[in-house]
Amino acid sequence: MRFFLTHNKIISSLGFDSKAVVDAISNGNSGLKIFHNPELLPSPFCASIISSEKIKSEFNKISKAENFKKLEQLLILSLAKVITASKIELGEKVGLIISTTKGNIDVLENNRHFPKERAYLSELGKTIKNFFGFKNEAIILSNACVSGVLAISVAKKFISEKKYDHVFITSGDLVSKFVLSGFQSFQALSPNPCRPYDKNRTGINLGEVSASVLVTSSESLSAGVQEILPSESVEILGDSTCNDANHISGPSRTGEGLYRSVKLAMKEAKIEASQLDYISAHGTATDYNDEMEAIAFNRLGIQNVPLNSLKGYFGHTLGASGLVETIIGMHSLERNTLFASKGFDELGVSEKINVISENIEKPLSIFLKTASGFGGCNTAAIFKKVEK
Amino acid sequence: MRAEFFIKSFCRIENGQVMFNGNTIFTTESEIFSNFSKETYRHFEISYPKFFKMDNLSKLAFLAAEIILKNENLDADKNNIALVFSNRASSLDTDRKHQKSIENSGSIFPSPAVFVYTLPNICLGEISIRHRLYSENSFFIFEKFNAEHLQLYAHNLLRTKKAEKVLCGWVEFDGDDYKAFLYLVEKNAEIPHTVQKIESLYYNE
Amino acid sequence: MSDLKQELKAKIIEQLNLEDVTISEIDDNDSLFGDGLGLDSIDALELIVMLDKDYGIRLSDPKEGKKIFESVQVMADYIEANRTK
Repeated sequence: MRFFLTHNKIISSLGFDSKAVVDAISNGNSGLKIFHNPELLPSPFCASIISSEKIKSEFNKISKAENFKKLEQLLILSLAKVITASKIELGEKVGLIISTTKGNIDVLENNRHFPKERAYLSELGKTIKNFFGFKNEAIILSNACVSGVLAISVAKKFISEKKYDHVFITSGDLVSKFVLSGFQSFQALSPNPCRPYDKNRTGINLGEVSASVLVTSSESLSAGVQEILPSESVEILGDSTCNDANHISGPSRTGEGLYRSVKLAMKEAKIEASQLDYISAHGTATDYNDEMEAIAFNRLGIQNVPLNSLKGYFGHTLGASGLVETIIGMHSLERNTLFASKGFDELGVSEKINVISENIEKPLSIFLKTASGFGGCNTAAIFKKVEK
Repeated sequence: MRAEFFIKSFCRIENGQVMFNGNTIFTTESEIFSNFSKETYRHFEISYPKFFKMDNLSKLAFLAAEIILKNENLDADKNNIALVFSNRASSLDTDRKHQKSIENSGSIFPSPAVFVYTLPNICLGEISIRHRLYSENSFFIFEKFNAEHLQLYAHNLLRTKKAEKVLCGWVEFDGDDYKAFLYLVEKNAEIPHTVQKIESLYYNE
Repeated sequence: MSDLKQELKAKIIEQLNLEDVTISEIDDNDSLFGDGLGLDSIDALELIVMLDKDYGIRLSDPKEGKKIFESVQVMADYIEANRTK
């Protein structure tokens, strides 16, 4: 059985669909801005935030925004587009995965008019499930910053076990006081736009996006359920998730989990390092993360493969980051363009890696997506353009 | 259909009681989890000072995993045991603590040692560190115990040889309520790895 | 000064959850990280919050913490010299 990522939608401060977001990236635009909002954080911070008003007005076109939280509106808006485009009927064999770290955590704040029960991720799952009328309970994956890539691997497993023919994944997290204050206490926030892998990097920016995608298989496709695939579709060649077994917040100094996960994903994909055209890396712009990735990629012998981090465009989007970055990767292959790693100027990691400093047009076929997160988790997945 | 994989052992922790393979192996009168978890730690002579830095969810998951894995004679370095855990409340117990620390409108002093536990998968990291597991970790949130999805996921990991064994289950900590139910799935054991069997062990029938 | 050191030891034990460690077991010059008390990077961040919250000292660069948290003695000297509350 072969597995595919097909219809997709991104909502971010850079645009309200995948094409608009990819165009913005292609033009070198960033959605990061400096905010002075003491309700979110006492000191100024840099982040990528989607206008609540804009989401509301979009959402009111399909339902009543006042009944839904901002995150719910975002997830529903991005997922609605993917479901419609796929023309798939939501029957018994259609699954729903929601990838998020904190969901509606802002309802824990005292002044919110939504009940505190909405903080339960299963309530978020029910809201999304009921809105569209999915037949199956939502599977919620909350596995820190690898969730978005891991969700693809989870979808593949359930399709492989014949539980589902198709799985819709939606992902999202908000820039909330909860996460901002937490990352601040970790001294991890950069007050300026982040600079992954750069000598002068000073930490992360948080961002909010919603990204949705359809995962399906060769068997489901041959059954004729699916219309013609969109041209950015990719095949999932291999994937793996490995723990560092080292520390719950600091990445392994040797990049152990990342090294192992890429190695296993490449083994499943049956490809050599020389076949990788591009790496969409994690690149949070903290000292330790970027250094760890450089070490792991060198151990793997893939240090010369062109690499970027997309965090300079929309920040670290937590539970959505792996998925939104995979979708950008799909479009990167389709456009045969490697996008510059925004914020990068001079290499600031101890081992050499090939960070993309300006957009490059060249034929592209296979890319590697990696992510690493709190809890010591690392996920790698390899995707190949579906040739027409 | 004959099961390809089997449940080797299972552990349940709730109401001040620790059960292993259906037998009560430790029980206390302590109604408060912090006392109960400390007494359990001491009773099983665990020596791991980091335990006391963990949040409640991690302590609960750690203890249940400890009971199962200490019988496995693990290698120092080569343990391909995947962890597939689930619950309903995610890390809400610790989320509420972090939220409390940031409620002031003026100066706030959130604790990094609390914030780091505001993700449910941190308990998987703690277990991986303790037992040197470099393997797959996934944490799912369900409305209630979902044996079917856990069974399929573990089956896939074993069938595709991505893991040699899978430690699966449910670890829930919410308010004063806690419950852990973990079970180890592998090739050679007795109890069939079926949805029905998993459910009957979970509901203690 | 010695009161401050006692206070720091009590806070370190309490806030960093050092079970089975008593104030008398921490020597003024024991190293807190590495082989000494075995504190890690999250503990260091926690101590930075403590400096800010309890003594009004805000470190502009978290890397400064490395020197300041060498031992209880060094910490106490630093706090005496820089405290604003």
